[in-house]
Amino acid sequence: MSAVHVPGMTFGERLRVTGAKLWQARVSYAMLAPFLAAFTVFVVVPVVFSFVLSFTQFNMVQRPTWVGFENYLRMFLDDRIFLIALQNTLVYAAITGPVGYLLSFLFAWLINEMRHRLRIVLTLLFYAPAIAGNAFMIWVLLFSPDAHGYINGTLIALGMITKPIQWLIDPDYMMPIVIGVVLWMSLGTSFLVFIAGLKGIDEFLYEAAAIDGIDNRWQELWYITLPAMRGYLLFGAILAITESMTNTAIISALTGDEPTDWATWTIVQHSNDHALVRFELGYSSAIIFLLFLAMVVAQKVVQRLLAKVG
Amino acid sequence: MRRNVATILRNRNLSRSLAGDIVILLLLCGGGIFMALPLVYAAGNAFKPLDELFLFPPRFVPRRPTFQNFTDLFLLMEQSWIPLSRYFFNSVFIVSFALAGNLAICSIAAYVLSKHDFPGKKLINEVIILSLMFSGAVTVIPNYLTLSWLSFIDRYWAIVVPAWAQTLGLYLMKKFIDSMVHDSLIQAARIDGAGELEIFARVVMPIVKPAWLTLIIINFQVMWRNTGDIFIYSEQLKPLPYALSQVAGGGIARVGAASVVTLFIMAVPIGVFIFNQSRIVETMGTSGMTGE
Repeated sequence: MSAVHVPGMTFGERLRVTGAKLWQARVSYAMLAPFLAAFTVFVVVPVVFSFVLSFTQFNMVQRPTWVGFENYLRMFLDDRIFLIALQNTLVYAAITGPVGYLLSFLFAWLINEMRHRLRIVLTLLFYAPAIAGNAFMIWVLLFSPDAHGYINGTLIALGMITKPIQWLIDPDYMMPIVIGVVLWMSLGTSFLVFIAGLKGIDEFLYEAAAIDGIDNRWQELWYITLPAMRGYLLFGAILAITESMTNTAIISALTGDEPTDWATWTIVQHSNDHALVRFELGYSSAIIFLLFLAMVVAQKVVQRLLAKVG
Repeated sequence: MRRNVATILRNRNLSRSLAGDIVILLLLCGGGIFMALPLVYAAGNAFKPLDELFLFPPRFVPRRPTFQNFTDLFLLMEQSWIPLSRYFFNSVFIVSFALAGNLAICSIAAYVLSKHDFPGKKLINEVIILSLMFSGAVTVIPNYLTLSWLSFIDRYWAIVVPAWAQTLGLYLMKKFIDSMVHDSLIQAARIDGAGELEIFARVVMPIVKPAWLTLIIINFQVMWRNTGDIFIYSEQLKPLPYALSQVAGGGIARVGAASVVTLFIMAVPIGVFIFNQSRIVETMGTSGMTGE
C-alpha cells in the first residue's frame, strides 16, 4: 500500500481518482464485457472449482470432504502408475514439444521463401496431416501386428525380420511409434500462425537490412525475421508446451486405453481415468493442477529464452 | 535462365542465392511428399473395390476405381431413422454459430487488450496466457453443472456457447494486432472522429484479415471434430462426423463405407483451408498493406 500512497491525498480523494480512471475506461470494459462474461463462466469458475476440489475427496454422490494435501502426497508416495505416467509424459513432451515446434518454424520459414501459388500447395501438403481428422489411423493399418501387415510383410519379404513384430502392443516399440506419428502431424496451428506471421512482416525492413549490408538469408533470419516474429514464437511455444503435455487423443487411438505395461500411459490419461471411470474427482483435479504448474514453469523458462533471440 | 528460376521460386530477391533456393525447394518437395503419402493412400482407399482394399502388397492407386463404397455409405445412412440432412444441418448450425461468436467476441476483446489502456489490463492478459495452459478433463464436470443450470444441456448451445470462451483465438488475434496495426493509424482515425467500434470494424479488422482467416481454419477443424460428447445425447442433435463414424465403425463388412467416411471427414477441413488460404494470399497481394 505504501508504494502507491501519494502524500496529501485522503482516502476519499484516492477513491475518486480511481473511480475517475475506471469511468474513463468504460468503453474498454464494455467492449470486453461479452468475452469476460463467457470466460468467467466457462473457464475461470470451473478452474477455481476444481482447484478447491483438489484438496478434497469427492465422488460426485457424497459431499466432498477436506483432506488437505493428501491427494498431492498420494501421487508420489502411493501411486506407482502415476510415476510411470509422469515419466512417459516427460519423455513424450521433451521430444514432441521442441522437435514439433522447431519443425513448424523451419518449414514455415522455408515455405515463406516460395512464391504465391507454390506457397499454398506446400502449406497444404505440410498442414494436411494435422487437419485430416482420423486419417492418422492409417498408421495403425501400416503397423498392424500380423505377418501380412504392411510393414511386417515388407520387412519379412526383405529378410530383415523372421517373425512379425507386435508394433503397437510391444512396449519396446509403442512410444517411438506414437512419437513418430505425432511428429508427422505436428505442423498444425503454430505452423499456420508462423506462415501468416512471416507474411505479415514489413517488406520495408528487409530492404533496409539489405542496404545496411545484410547479404544472406541466415543473417536476415537472425537480425530481422526472428525479432519481428517474437510474439508469434511465444504463441507457438505455449501451444507446443500444452499440446505435448496434454494431447492424449492420438496416443489412446494408437495404443488403446490400456497400453501394455502402461508403456504409453500419460498423466492426462491417468487423470481422466480417475475422474471419469473411478469417480475420484479430488485426486483427478490434483493431478491436473500439478501438470498445470509444470506447464507454467516451462512457459516462463521458454519466455526467458525467447527474449534472447535475435 | 537464372532470372527465370529466380522468379518462379522467390518471394523476394534480396539476400538470396540460387543454390540455396534449389536446396530448399528439393527439401520441401521431399518433405511434402512424405507428409502427403499416407493421406493420398487413405483417399485412394475410398475408390477401391473390396478385394483391392485388402490386397498385399498395397496399391496406391486403385486399379479398378469404383463408386460402390459411396453408394454403400448412402444406403447405410438411409437406413438410419434420422435423415442425413438433419445431421448435416446440426453440423452447419453448431460450427457456424460457434465460429462466428468466438471470432466476434474474441476479436473485439483482442483489440481492446492490444490497443487500449485501462486498469486491470495486465491482469487479464496474464490470466489469458494461463488459461491457454489449463485444458483439463476436470473442468468437464463444473461445466456440465453450469450448462444444466442455464438449461443448455441437450441443446446446440451446450457446445456453441462454451466455444465462445476459448482464449486461443483471442491470444492469437492480439498477437496479430500487436504487430500489424500501428498505433498511429488508430490515433488518426480517432482524430477523424471515428468511434471505437467503428475503428475496430473499419480500420483494425481489414488489416488483420489474414489473422481471422487463419483463425477460421484453426477453429473450424476443432469444432468439426466435436462429437457433442456428454452435453448432447439426443441422436437428432448429433453432428455429421459423429453419425458417419458410428456407421463406419460396423466392423469388417463396412470397411469400404468407412474409407469414404475417412475421406469425407478429412476433405471438409482441407476444403475450408484451401478456400481461406487463397483469400489470405489475395489480400496480401492486393491491399498494399505490407507497405503500411
